Amino acid sequence: MRNADVLRFARDAAAGYPLRTALSVLAMAIGVAAVVVLTSLGDGARRYVVEQFSSLGSNLVIVLPGRSATGGFSPANAVTTTPRDLTVDDAFALTRLSSVRRVAPLAAGNSEIKANGRLREVVVAGTASTYFEIRSFKMAQGAFLPEADWSRGAPVAVIGGKIQEEIFGGRSAVGEVIRLGDRRLRIVGVLKATGQGVGGMNTDEVIFVPVSIAQSLFNTHTLFRVLIEARSRDEIAAVKREVTALLKARHGGEEDITVITQDAVLATFDKLLRALTAGVAGIAAISLAVAGILVMNVMLVAVTQRTAEIGLLKALGARGATIRDAFLAEAAMISLAGALTGYGLGLFGAFVLRQIYPVFPAYPPDWAVIAALATALTTGLLFGIMPARRAARLDPVQALMKH
Amino acid sequence: MSVIQLAGIERVFHLGDSVVHALTGLDVGIEAGEYVAIMGPSGSGKSTLLNLLGLLDRPDAGSYHLEGRDVTTLSPDEQAAVRSHRIGFVFQSFHLVPRLTAAENIALPMMLAGIPAAERAQRVAQALKDFGLDQRADHRPDQLSGGQRQRVAIARATIMQPAVLLADEPTGNLDRATGDEVIHLLEVLNERGMTLIIVTHDPKIGTRARRQLMMEDGELRHDSASTRLRQLDDNPPGPLSGMPAAKRNPGYAERGGDGVSPAAPAPGTPSPPLADPAAS
Ligand SMILES: Nc1ncnc2c1ncn2[C@@H]1O[C@H](COP(=O)(O)OP(=O)(O)OP(=O)(O)O)[C@@H](O)[C@H]1O
Ligand SMILES: [Mg+2]
Repeated sequence: MRNADVLRFARDAAAGYPLRTALSVLAMAIGVAAVVVLTSLGDGARRYVVEQFSSLGSNLVIVLPGRSATGGFSPANAVTTTPRDLTVDDAFALTRLSSVRRVAPLAAGNSEIKANGRLREVVVAGTASTYFEIRSFKMAQGAFLPEADWSRGAPVAVIGGKIQEEIFGGRSAVGEVIRLGDRRLRIVGVLKATGQGVGGMNTDEVIFVPVSIAQSLFNTHTLFRVLIEARSRDEIAAVKREVTALLKARHGGEEDITVITQDAVLATFDKLLRALTAGVAGIAAISLAVAGILVMNVMLVAVTQRTAEIGLLKALGARGATIRDAFLAEAAMISLAGALTGYGLGLFGAFVLRQIYPVFPAYPPDWAVIAALATALTTGLLFGIMPARRAARLDPVQALMKH
Repeated sequence: MSVIQLAGIERVFHLGDSVVHALTGLDVGIEAGEYVAIMGPSGSGKSTLLNLLGLLDRPDAGSYHLEGRDVTTLSPDEQAAVRSHRIGFVFQSFHLVPRLTAAENIALPMMLAGIPAAERAQRVAQALKDFGLDQRADHRPDQLSGGQRQRVAIARATIMQPAVLLADEPTGNLDRATGDEVIHLLEVLNERGMTLIIVTHDPKIGTRARRQLMMEDGELRHDSASTRLRQLDDNPPGPLSGMPAAKRNPGYAERGGDGVSPAAPAPGTPSPPLADPAAS
């Protein structure tokens, strides 16, 4: 029998029992669609996080006080009870490193802002003019904090879009005087609302003040973070190395700070979310195995139902291999149809997800699509082998008597 | 030369503890172009014999030569090839594939044999015309009458130009008139040279054959060919002397004896229609 004829025969056989074929195609399709949609979700989450991190600014290196964050636990760390403060002087020292383009100190805390007869809780970020460039901010009104000596900042402030909205309404805030804790500050600028932020710090709700003012407000000498922009992407590693060495020297030979790069944070999230995606893909793949078993059942029923036909084919001169191939082809076609339908359904599902959550890039990763289609086909074929062999081995005389 | 030569054929079925001798000590020779009816009571082994002849079953002992070749020792695939090219089957219950049209059913043996689609189409068209089915080419079996279904089955059985046509009660599911039509069709094919072997319960059909094989309990009880020879020898009444077969078919010995039998028409050779198209 010619291959084209085997395929045509198998196709007609599958079409001859539409309900049964449709159900197994559906089972296979649901399995594949599940893989496509779930991996779209997982990979969408990964891309979303990556994009959010990228919006923080490029070539970013962050220094935080203490060793514990990523350094793990060791007896040496346990002995040093309190790490030394990460001070403004430390941060300023970093500006002299050749691989560093900009440095911004960051002291943070919560306080209350009182202005225009209203009171509001705000996040206070004490920093310097360089923060503006590092974070690639945009101004709605006025300008960012002026360049000044970090230890003697002017009594000025820049507020986020939401604060401006809530306290001043549509009115311009630049030039207004506000109370922050026990300080009187003059607003010099308003940030453009972005509606986004990572780590619970939405810049729309933050008030930026010179770092010295924030430190005296919170009565502290330490910094929450030091943000560093490397001169180029290639120099991120150098920055990390030099910053660590310099701060170690300044802190009496003790490495009591942690330097993280945006790349490292990103890589961690990336790895985590990739694992998550692979996990959900694996769970969805179980439904493919179930679909494969269903295909096997359907093919076994087909062999039983078409026993007389198999006997006839043998009487007409069909070899066992021909009959086996015909049934295998049928199982493969059901699986293929299921896989393609499922792929279509999955893409549609991902499309619907993107319509509902436009910021969420829910596209299935290529590997998941290929894996789902391949798994569907191989399970269909694998589970088709047993019924096909059973058909090929039927005794023609017995088979012909079944009618 | 005999187209079929059976010697010492035994077929035993084991059903639990009991043993059924479906065929015992069977020695039969059938010449090319013969018209043979196999008769006998139910369970006498007629179908078992036909299945053996059609290579659907293997004997437990004895030898079977088809066209001079020992076919009992062939591998399953070789036997399939013999079935494909040398043997045609017609069944009582037609055995048409329900989802395929008449034309597709007829083409089935050619498709299994790997004949190109273009040649298949041409030969099917000719067969449809020959069997008076050209108006029914695209009908499915459930849209055909019993007689039409059996005609499709016969067209399918003969489309590969087999040497032997085996029919197991081909009229069993048909009314008298339709059954006669089908028998007539088979006889026309036989007249054109195809060896025809029919299993039947119907004495009327059996006596139309030129030779009768009477089976009983797996044994060949009576062979009209040998009776006739014996009658020529010493003229004693045979055990079934009431059978008119020998008298009705005097042509058998000459036909079988001279070894000349009309060859089956080659594919594509125009031949007069086998059935009246108006009958469909
Ligand atoms: N597969 C089998 N297993 C066991 N016994 C069988 C089998 N096939 C046939 N037989 C037995 O062999 C004997 C001959 O059966 P067979 O079918 O050849 O009879 P038959 O002459 O064709 O009968 P009928 O006229 O009813 O069709 C019967 O006794 C039957 O029961
Ligand atoms: Mg029978």
